Amino acid sequence: MDTLILILFIPLAGFLISGLLGSRLPEKVTGWISSSAILVSFVLSLITFNKIAATGAAIKVKLFTFLSVANLHVDFAIQADRLTAIMMLVITGIGFLIHVYSISYMHGDKGFYKFFAYLNLFVFNMLVLVMGSNFLMLFFGWEGVGLCSYLLIGFWYTNVDYGKAARKAFIMNRIGDLGLLLGIFLIVWQTQSLDYDIVLKKFMSGEVAGSITTAICILLFIGAMGKSAQIPLFTWLPDAMAGPTPVSALIHAATMVTAGVYLVVRCNIMYNMAPDARALILYVGLATSLLAALIGLKQNDIKKVLAYSTVSQLGLMFIALGVGAYTAAMFHLITHAFFKALLFLGSGSVIHAMGGEQDIRKMGGLKSAMPITYWTFLIGTLAISGMPLLSGFFSKDEILAGIFTQNKLVWGLTVASAFLTAFYMFRVFMVTFLGGFRGTEEQKHHLHESPALITFPLIVLAVLSLFGGVINLPSFLGEANAHKLKHFLEPITGESELQAHHLDHSTEFILIGITVAGFLLALVLTYTKYIKGKAIPEDDAAIVGSGKVLSNKFYVDEAYDATVVAAVNSTGQALNVVDKGIFSGVMSWVSSFVSRLSDLYGRMQNGHVQYYLLYMVVGLLFILAINYIKTLWN
Amino acid sequence: MTPESIFNNLDISHYIYLSCVLFCIGLFGVLTRRNMIVLLMCIELMLNAVNLLFVAFSSFMGDSAGQLFVFFIMVVAAAEAAVGLAILVMVYRNTRNTDIGFLNKLKG
Repeated sequence: MDTLILILFIPLAGFLISGLLGSRLPEKVTGWISSSAILVSFVLSLITFNKIAATGAAIKVKLFTFLSVANLHVDFAIQADRLTAIMMLVITGIGFLIHVYSISYMHGDKGFYKFFAYLNLFVFNMLVLVMGSNFLMLFFGWEGVGLCSYLLIGFWYTNVDYGKAARKAFIMNRIGDLGLLLGIFLIVWQTQSLDYDIVLKKFMSGEVAGSITTAICILLFIGAMGKSAQIPLFTWLPDAMAGPTPVSALIHAATMVTAGVYLVVRCNIMYNMAPDARALILYVGLATSLLAALIGLKQNDIKKVLAYSTVSQLGLMFIALGVGAYTAAMFHLITHAFFKALLFLGSGSVIHAMGGEQDIRKMGGLKSAMPITYWTFLIGTLAISGMPLLSGFFSKDEILAGIFTQNKLVWGLTVASAFLTAFYMFRVFMVTFLGGFRGTEEQKHHLHESPALITFPLIVLAVLSLFGGVINLPSFLGEANAHKLKHFLEPITGESELQAHHLDHSTEFILIGITVAGFLLALVLTYTKYIKGKAIPEDDAAIVGSGKVLSNKFYVDEAYDATVVAAVNSTGQALNVVDKGIFSGVMSWVSSFVSRLSDLYGRMQNGHVQYYLLYMVVGLLFILAINYIKTLWN
Repeated sequence: MTPESIFNNLDISHYIYLSCVLFCIGLFGVLTRRNMIVLLMCIELMLNAVNLLFVAFSSFMGDSAGQLFVFFIMVVAAAEAAVGLAILVMVYRNTRNTDIGFLNKLKG
């Protein structure tokens, strides 16, 4: 059997085994079966990756015909090219680490086996999304990961708020999915095909009108907005933190939310022909990045901060896509997957030790109690903040350099967003791990370093966050090893990659100097405020002015409630009146008429023999009368 | 005129009218009376109205088959009366009543 098929279907087998038999197996067995399914997938992905890296040619496998209508034929076919190979490694690699982490994290939960079944199903769907060789497969996986996201956000569904968060995520994603679906329809209409190769070839040959290309690109981007939490569809992601922390790390930080980035990179040829759509992506990404970073400044729930940080970083990736720096976006996607998964898993370790407490105001001084979590979280924080030579530094630098060549103003705002990122990450880090402990005596007594199954993934991810930058070093560190990722992705993005990338080294050093200055400024500011000044974020009631706006997330949710939700609700209520008055009214009249009629006949059936005889006689007389009239007639 | 001649000179329509009247009286009794004994008697009346018609037509047509049927009917009616009365007795023993209204178990 082909390796690709195995990579794809082993997680599905894991889902079936843990889902169907999991309730009867011991926890450890279920957990390890699911984890090893992902591990096998990961090893096979590595083999495939090496094969593709060597030859550069895409591998395609057709399983069966998905649908064949008129002259549209869509196969259930999977492919692995260089872009897919990278995504496969990220998904299965980080997926495996998070599975292992979950064995310990979810220990004792009564839905343990369900959790692993959902995780396996998620990995399967995510692989379908990236491995499909046409837009229908992509859509299949797209919806599949949406379902798994819903199931896992609402995993503790007995809590009503969590259930609501799950529904919110699902509905907001559906809005985006509609855009994606319309985009796919337009593609079919224009090219009579859904296969990536054929579709992109037709776009390249200029068979599709420019305005329609722009429309398709914008519609596909609306799909990406939903999945990747961009303005205006971003409010579901912070609420999605209701799910267990490993879910936040895997789905809502490392993999699923980057599907939108993958989609745009996959269709880079179309986007290259639609500068208006790219401009839209650029400004939406910029707005999202800044807005989320600002909100992140005033959040006190450790997971919420990370969630807004994810939204902000996704915005950054879209900025890169907007200026055509596809490699930079993919690079940041990979490094972000490393350090954001690390930060989420680290926060999970903290929450675990604090007995479920997520408010950083009630933590503090965890450094001594949990050294491994402390050090790995520190590495994650430094990586995301752009500490020189760590993975996040290189990927952000790549994006910023790309933006600088295109638009100086956007560059300035993006640097500001990076500064804010550094600021709120240091704030969270310092308030959580340094200073004195502010929890209860009981919590203090229970504080402990997490078990090895939790710390192992943290250490691996910390190493990746430290050295992840080597996959795409800038050229000033030596031409020999520079831009490996860019060269690797050349068959995919080579045609449209931002070519004006050749800043001279002195300009590049100045740009780096400015970002590093921002990083250091954030460090100094947070140090003086939270370490020297021993400041603790104030109580919710004490927040005033602009801080109140930030801590209330710019009232975006409230604005949506007042406009969209209220409008939908009142429309629904109006339609309800129409439904009850007219449709239901007519129906109930008909049914009551029938029921009254049958009541009438029912009274004839009174059980008295004599009445029955009477009916017989009347009937007989009736027949006789008819016959008599008939004879008269003739 | 001797009685025979009276009967022989009577038109067939008289017999038909008489038996119709008898039948209708019987039918009316069956439909309206509550007492089961009266009901049985009314059924006998209806049967005998039919018998009369048979005999009349037998004589009118000069065919003896009609009179044969009458004997059959009388035999069957006797058996029926015996069974009917036996049932009636059982009903009376169980319900202490011969009112037909008590036998309404046919209602679903």
